[in-house]
Amino acid sequence: MSLDTLPRASRNTHRRERPPGRRWRSRLDVKAMPYALVSPYFLLFAAFGLFPLAFTLYYSLYDYDLTGTTEWAGLGNYTALLGDDDFWRATVNTVAMFLIATVPQMFLALFLANALNKHMRFRLPIRMSVLLPLVTSVVAVAVVFTQLFARDWGLVNYLLGLFGVDNTNWRAERVPSWIAIATMVDWRWTGYNAIIFLAGMQTIPRDLYEAASIDGASRRRQFWQITLPMLRPTMIFVVLNSTIGGLTLFSEPMTFYNGNPDGGSQGQFQTVAMFVYKEAFREFDYGYASAAAWLLFLLILIGAAINFLFVRRIGGTR
Amino acid sequence: MMISKRRGGIAAASALAAVALTVASCGSGGTSESSAPASSAAAQPVTIRVQTFGGGENFGYKNAIAKWNAEHKDIQIKHENLTDQFEQQYWPQMIQWLTSGSGAGDVVGIDEGGMGLAKARSEWWADLKEYGLESRKADFPAWKWENGVAADGKLFGLGTDIGGMSICYRKDLFEKAGLPSNRDEVSALWPTWDEFMNVGKKFQGKVKDTKWADGTNTLYQVVLYQEAAKNGNVSYFDTSNNLIVDKNPAVKTAFDFAQKMTQQGLTAKLRNFTDEWATGTQKGSFATLGCPSWMLGVVSGNAGDDAKGQWDVASVPGGGGNWGGSWLAVPKQTKHPKEAAMVADYLTQAQTQATVFTDFGNMPSNTKAQQDPAVQGAKNEFFNDAPIGEIFAKSAASLQPVFLGVKHAQVKNAIESVIQGMDDGSVAHDKAWQQLVDDAVKAAG
Repeated sequence: MSLDTLPRASRNTHRRERPPGRRWRSRLDVKAMPYALVSPYFLLFAAFGLFPLAFTLYYSLYDYDLTGTTEWAGLGNYTALLGDDDFWRATVNTVAMFLIATVPQMFLALFLANALNKHMRFRLPIRMSVLLPLVTSVVAVAVVFTQLFARDWGLVNYLLGLFGVDNTNWRAERVPSWIAIATMVDWRWTGYNAIIFLAGMQTIPRDLYEAASIDGASRRRQFWQITLPMLRPTMIFVVLNSTIGGLTLFSEPMTFYNGNPDGGSQGQFQTVAMFVYKEAFREFDYGYASAAAWLLFLLILIGAAINFLFVRRIGGTR
Repeated sequence: MMISKRRGGIAAASALAAVALTVASCGSGGTSESSAPASSAAAQPVTIRVQTFGGGENFGYKNAIAKWNAEHKDIQIKHENLTDQFEQQYWPQMIQWLTSGSGAGDVVGIDEGGMGLAKARSEWWADLKEYGLESRKADFPAWKWENGVAADGKLFGLGTDIGGMSICYRKDLFEKAGLPSNRDEVSALWPTWDEFMNVGKKFQGKVKDTKWADGTNTLYQVVLYQEAAKNGNVSYFDTSNNLIVDKNPAVKTAFDFAQKMTQQGLTAKLRNFTDEWATGTQKGSFATLGCPSWMLGVVSGNAGDDAKGQWDVASVPGGGGNWGGSWLAVPKQTKHPKEAAMVADYLTQAQTQATVFTDFGNMPSNTKAQQDPAVQGAKNEFFNDAPIGEIFAKSAASLQPVFLGVKHAQVKNAIESVIQGMDDGSVAHDKAWQQLVDDAVKAAG
């Protein structure tokens, strides 16, 4: 607050020079305007971020039936969750699908961005086309993929059948269902991440590459020793973003089973977000769902921390 | 997930809110349009939103609503069939709307599985007595009427259709398998469920790419409701709302039957009311399916007009039973309770229910409609002119209601998942019964 620390004398000079109305307006301008300008974000954050956060925390301590009763439960919901096999299965599903989807996605996006970063004809349309899957509605994506991965009449099973593979029941077997959903996620988000990587790559000074070329470094070596290390901040952003997105995965597996939050007859691909939804809105056990949402939050924090530590080492001193 | 990607950390922190938002934005497509404000001028027509669920032709209101809209310029009905799935999507969404005080239609359909909860929460509903609908009492069997009366005596629901039972079958496929295809001869093929399975084995021996039945759940429900009638008309809960899944022989019998079906590989392993199931109906993945009367509209809607005449209706092994049936209620939050009550009244009138039956097959609960000669003699064109009046309406008077508890929808879902899991191989046969009981206890808790 530098204005407040102005010497009294100088304030007095201001007072003498300006009419009172203008002074106030000017003070308002300088002091209140910045707050007013940034306030929309904080108001929205309070309404859609902070309030639900507090609300969920509050109700996670209650045995709150959405259709009726509310009773104090203390940490009962949390201890019950930790002993709930369904919750742990959902956690394993979520982490597994996150790994299956995100690891290849990062590499794909990186190499896609690297390819797009070259001089070529029709560069702009090609770059834009990478973003197309993102624009498609997630429901449309799910409908298409649901058809592709159908057991009896699906294209994927048909193609596998050409190689003599028996029909896979993509909704009944655990690992296949993860793969199917991971495919859906990758199809949608790889291009998005590639564009962010591309933006990051374009901030890398050209003369670094020129210098490296003069020193005789190959294209590949330039990628590993210039592009990757310089891209680290972008990569941290993308990985954190994907962690959050991957661990809160919801729409794709939900639509993959006709909008049923069970995620398969035995929860084969039920994610934690689906578990939360199921408990809150089908079983009406809002308190339990709130507690699960908080555990999901913790899971994301842990996931983000691990990934942050991991990514920070990328392209380090080698 | 899209929303959390955009809002980064905030959404992550409030995962529940994000989930709710996603659901709100994609789960209720096209339903958020608000009805006309109450203060609008008299010339402005009032729009009454009727919300229902179910696959295919669901409640069968298409023609009845067109007729009403042509005759009532001042009150227009807008029909929204929200989803195929009652327990999974329709009822949870409806309960959110009812508890939050906005969003629900002016007239809403409730499946029998939701009636336990609906009766216990009379504060959600408008009292139809205030609009003179107490006078309708004589139109319905006592049990159908009483189920629409809440614990505190408020009249909140009017009966639409009732269950009845039959087996829908693919006539053309039966011919292909060298089986009789005439409906009386077909009915004679399976006096018992064991015979039903034997015919199935014979059928699958002849027709390679087609399974005998759609999945385990449809037939499981049929058997469950048959057996419930023999065991005091209760299924998962007794009349004091205690869970009796492990004590009621009806559940075990139905389970054993479903298990036998899967062990003998007689099912196409499709879960009812999913897209794959609908596709399977269209493409002939299975030859038979348990059909309460309202299922006729679902099958004809799923199979499409090209399949007309391929399907037929035969009697069910082991006698009658009452699966399903719905009610119409007027949520208290409606801005036009009077007009909504008029619409609910109209949609449950004998004349309307008779039309619905003759057009789509949902059997009337209205006793006057049941006695209507047009209903008694009704034939269903899609099902090869099957005399559905004879098959369903004749037995209507003798149908017994099955008591369903407050948490029936949740327990039903848990049990169906185990039965389905047995079918798709994710639940071992020898552990299935124990898991069924455990999961039911958990869902009821």
